[in-house]
Amino acid sequence: MLAIVGTVPDLRFPLVEGQAKLRGNVIQVDGHSAPVNRGTPALIAAAVKTLEVIDRPAPYVYLAGDIGLGEGSRGLYDHLVRHLPQTDWGVLTFHYLQPDVDWHNRVLLAIGEMQRRCLLIADAGYMYAAKMSGMAEAYDLFTPDAGELAFLADDQAPHPFYTRGFILHEEQKVPDLIARAYRYKNAARLLLVKGKVDYVAGAQGVLAAIDQPAEEALEPIGGTGDTLTGIVSALAAGGMELKWAATSAARANRIAGCLATPTPMTQVSDIIACIPRALAQVLEMA
Amino acid sequence: MLKFFKKKAEVPAATEQGVETGILVFENTSEVIRAENTLKAAGWSIRVKGPPPEIRTGCDLVIEFPLIEELAVLRALENVGLHPLQTVPVTGPLLQPVDLFQVKDFGRFLMVRAANMKLTVDRQTGRIVNISGGGCPDIPYLAQEMVGRPLADAPEPRQIGHTLCGYALQLAYEEVRRRCLPS
Repeated sequence: MLAIVGTVPDLRFPLVEGQAKLRGNVIQVDGHSAPVNRGTPALIAAAVKTLEVIDRPAPYVYLAGDIGLGEGSRGLYDHLVRHLPQTDWGVLTFHYLQPDVDWHNRVLLAIGEMQRRCLLIADAGYMYAAKMSGMAEAYDLFTPDAGELAFLADDQAPHPFYTRGFILHEEQKVPDLIARAYRYKNAARLLLVKGKVDYVAGAQGVLAAIDQPAEEALEPIGGTGDTLTGIVSALAAGGMELKWAATSAARANRIAGCLATPTPMTQVSDIIACIPRALAQVLEMA
Repeated sequence: MLKFFKKKAEVPAATEQGVETGILVFENTSEVIRAENTLKAAGWSIRVKGPPPEIRTGCDLVIEFPLIEELAVLRALENVGLHPLQTVPVTGPLLQPVDLFQVKDFGRFLMVRAANMKLTVDRQTGRIVNISGGGCPDIPYLAQEMVGRPLADAPEPRQIGHTLCGYALQLAYEEVRRRCLPS
């Protein structure tokens, strides 16, 4: 089963855990609701849609309200340290959390005490913390965009804000950056790099490149990376081998984006609505 | 304001003058931004940098300042209710924030990227239509507060953001304003 950890941009949202429901453009967990605009609620909504298509249970989620001051994230980290050892998730996906190396390492120790080794997926702030901690290799999948890949490839940058210019200039050379990220041990077992071309890669290099369908207007739309992470997490939780889950998710996310006939002002909820149709196409092709 | 990003500092910063420097460490990035504005307004030659490895926690920004002026700097900050967590002498090179903007023209829409953050505006209506990128928890919050609002009236990331991603979004926001709003 899939478990997702992240935050909601609302200070009044308490620390909750439970199985997520999707009602229109709102996710509901343990009696609390959050709109699906972007961020972790968008990831959860994409995962719910995907799991419905493959007939699996909705994801279990750990959420807290955080608007960047970090209190919600720290409460969540503490909760995970105390409760993860008693759990048995198949896939554990970490998302928008305040990057904090010390807490990250404590959570990783708690994961080591779980009943079995689960697949670990990290995106957004938690991926930043995983890289900065030097423990990137403990993860099965990172889902960076091209800019975040440059950050992974920079052995000295603790945050994308500090990626050195000579590496950032190489952003168009994604395969080179992938190689550099692995050389410095700053990558997970697999990378799903989202961008104009989506790449699935491992330590041996690029395993797949997905460039169709192409829709330029998707780039400005906030949340399209979140939906990709949600889809790949759900497919992996459904038993699909991780490399194929990443490739299929990239295709489905691109198709869903095109089905929404996007402009730069399209919101991600319009794309999430198209995920079931997109996935059906991809799974039919497989 | 935030001119370090454009590398246009008129006054040579402390390190360039051969003066010994220190760093001010704060609880979060929003305090750093307030301190930066306060000290620059008072005429100090300071710079916003990345912290040295030994005091990094994960999402940090510090202020580099002339060490010899520590007492006066701390007094100026105290006057506005700012209390740095630590003051540390600089013993090695500090990380520089990224200094690249990428601009993409979609015709009616203009997208500006600073570091890992993208902000897109509708030139016809003057409204912010999307915010993308970033990984810190204030980004979904900033997007919620800014998207759909006119560029001229939207809250600035430096007012309501708290992290490095929020700081990067402020830079994109300023660049979009510079390109789309009359000065």
